Amino acid sequence: MEKKSCLCEELWSELDNVIASKRGKPGALMQVLHWAQENIGYLPREVQVRVAEGLGVALSEVYGVATFYAFFSLKPKGKYQISCCKGTACYVRGAPQVLERFERELGVKAGDTTDDGMFSLEVVRCLGACGLSPVITVNKDTHARMKADLVPGILSKYRKAELASETA
Amino acid sequence: MATVTLTIDGRKVEIEQGSTILEAAKKAGIDIPTLCHLEEINEIGACRVCVVEVEGAKTLMASCVAPVADGMVVHTNSPRVRNSRKITVELLLSNHPYECPTCIRNGNCELQSLAERLGIRSVRYQGERIEYTPDTSTPSIVRDPNKCVLCRRCVAVCDKIQSVKAIGPLDRGFDTTIGPAFKDPLKDVACVLCGQCTLVCPVGALYEKDQIDEVWAALDDPKKHVVVQTAPATRVSVGEMFGLPPGSIVTGKMVAALRRLGFDKVFDTDFTADLTILEEGSEFLERLTKGGTLPLITSCSPGWIKFIEHFYPDLLPNLSTCKSPQQMFGALAKTYYAEKMGIDPKDIFVVSIMPCTAKKFEAKRPEMTSSGYPDIDVVLTTRELGRMLKQAGIDWDALEEEDYDAPLGISTGAAVIFGATGGVMEAALRTAYELATGKELPSVDFHDVRGFQGIKEATVDVDGTKVNVAVAHTLGNARKVLDRVKSGEADYHFIEIMACPGGCIGGGGQPIPTNTEIRLKRIAAIYTADEMMTIRKSHENPVIKQLYEEYLGQPLSHRSHELLHTHYYARSKYPGMEAATGQHASASPVAAD
Repeated sequence: MEKKSCLCEELWSELDNVIASKRGKPGALMQVLHWAQENIGYLPREVQVRVAEGLGVALSEVYGVATFYAFFSLKPKGKYQISCCKGTACYVRGAPQVLERFERELGVKAGDTTDDGMFSLEVVRCLGACGLSPVITVNKDTHARMKADLVPGILSKYRKAELASETA
Repeated sequence: MATVTLTIDGRKVEIEQGSTILEAAKKAGIDIPTLCHLEEINEIGACRVCVVEVEGAKTLMASCVAPVADGMVVHTNSPRVRNSRKITVELLLSNHPYECPTCIRNGNCELQSLAERLGIRSVRYQGERIEYTPDTSTPSIVRDPNKCVLCRRCVAVCDKIQSVKAIGPLDRGFDTTIGPAFKDPLKDVACVLCGQCTLVCPVGALYEKDQIDEVWAALDDPKKHVVVQTAPATRVSVGEMFGLPPGSIVTGKMVAALRRLGFDKVFDTDFTADLTILEEGSEFLERLTKGGTLPLITSCSPGWIKFIEHFYPDLLPNLSTCKSPQQMFGALAKTYYAEKMGIDPKDIFVVSIMPCTAKKFEAKRPEMTSSGYPDIDVVLTTRELGRMLKQAGIDWDALEEEDYDAPLGISTGAAVIFGATGGVMEAALRTAYELATGKELPSVDFHDVRGFQGIKEATVDVDGTKVNVAVAHTLGNARKVLDRVKSGEADYHFIEIMACPGGCIGGGGQPIPTNTEIRLKRIAAIYTADEMMTIRKSHENPVIKQLYEEYLGQPLSHRSHELLHTHYYARSKYPGMEAATGQHASASPVAAD
């Protein structure tokens, strides 16, 4: 589903419907937060309060879950999410240098998003593709056998794609 | 119930099926060390301090959660067990500031005791530390995550006992901390400041805001006339700060000790507890006979008041408008007493000794200024009083018992039982019955409202009218009672609610440890103290009668309302919300459903 950039009335009422359909069921909190992360793109305070009220759970519990799992984000993620694997295999084959280059090129640290909202950068633990190490993903694309020198090219590919879609 | 037999350290133990190894060991006279374990509240096997070796099992087992089995052979003191416990505690210490000499829990810290007990003389591990800024945002409680060992006892007590859930575990792994959602300061969440978390914290990560120096400053100021009042529950607990067994009644020694500290007058909150009964008893009879909002709910417990303001604001009209005895005392000290003594109220400094952390918040409520000055200047918890007496070098054992000063130190047995769950109800019934019927009670003891049961109910015949009363302690039980009231299931006329387990004797400002066993001993002492009093009904207190004749007129008079009654505010469940976002704050209605 296409991520929406604003928390408009329509999205609020969709969230309320999801909450209503899960209320009282086992695992409701995870499922509702999952939906919100996918459809709103992050879990701002207003959303967490809405979920807490709707499901009848404490805000401390909602926030606890939201900050426990790496899948959830409290900040809006970029249009392109770069996940840099730092699992053992990727690590020994140069993942730290790749990550460092991304941080330098983007001007943000891992866990953050560029000011233009284009890229967010995060570290993940083992994508299960050790044979391709070091590996990164950008949204659903996988980039295998990464080297620091490949970073600028990858970034400009997505920037160009973005430019093309804007002018189109 | 079926039992199983197991062998622990070579000793045969027979115990009920379903028991834990920890319980079985206790039965066999073996004391297994624990840290995160809190009986019936926090049994999660998280800290791994209580591990034992079970023959046939691959790994060590957490004895606090591992169930016994027939024929099991357990070793609690093997080299492997000793080594594992030591590593666990050393790792905890490697991420713990070495501030023992200046820590509020120095000498009464479970981590310190564990290190001592396990013979840890050095810590082999050194690693990264995250520095946190302690949260001092409330008037009552300080949170210092630097010292937290992540045992989660505070989270469990806030959730399971109080149903408040102000704090929880946040983030993950090395970054984990315990705190309010969004790491908001405690003042910006619906924390009721009951302080139960400070009682169960094994270390110095949660504690009362220490105000001892403010009291020293007042005592050292020759211009100040400094008076002190002591809450009912403090006289059966402060002795524990000096090594006396729980349940010791130390009223006379406490009075003597306070005089040694230099207070100009040593008065008693029991006096205004009696006054509360007159005002609240009259309020109840008026609502009962004139068709006011019922059930009437007591208003003595400030943690409870903050709870209803956050979570059940629609029931605020049911609250008694009476201030708590602490606040009534302050209002009278700076008006009636000031006039009587010819002292300018601005020079009177009122200190309270309370078993409670929420009282510090109550004293700072802006509406509590009936005389034009704050009713109460400083609230010290029982723990702070104990520490202050130690600072002053007072030899507790050598103290001779002394009496409270008149007039605000004269009280009855009905007042002292305010300290135990059911006490306010019993005291109110003693007075309301006699005021309504004009007849003398056959017995002053109302046993149905006594005891440790979470919710107690009774029906009292007041001259042909059946009065249904309920008594609840802990906010979890309060929630159950309120839900029944809201649904119309319950038909109560009068409800007593105390925020803390056991009532004030189990308050968040009481000596550590405070557990069920200790609470029961303090409750027994409270009722003994009641029996020791010659007068046991509030309306028979001669100084209360004099106060009405000289100053207040009668209960619920205009002046009573000005000085002794108050009003309440609906508070949001998400107080930090509007400040934080603005938008959609209205999406969080104050009351759910």
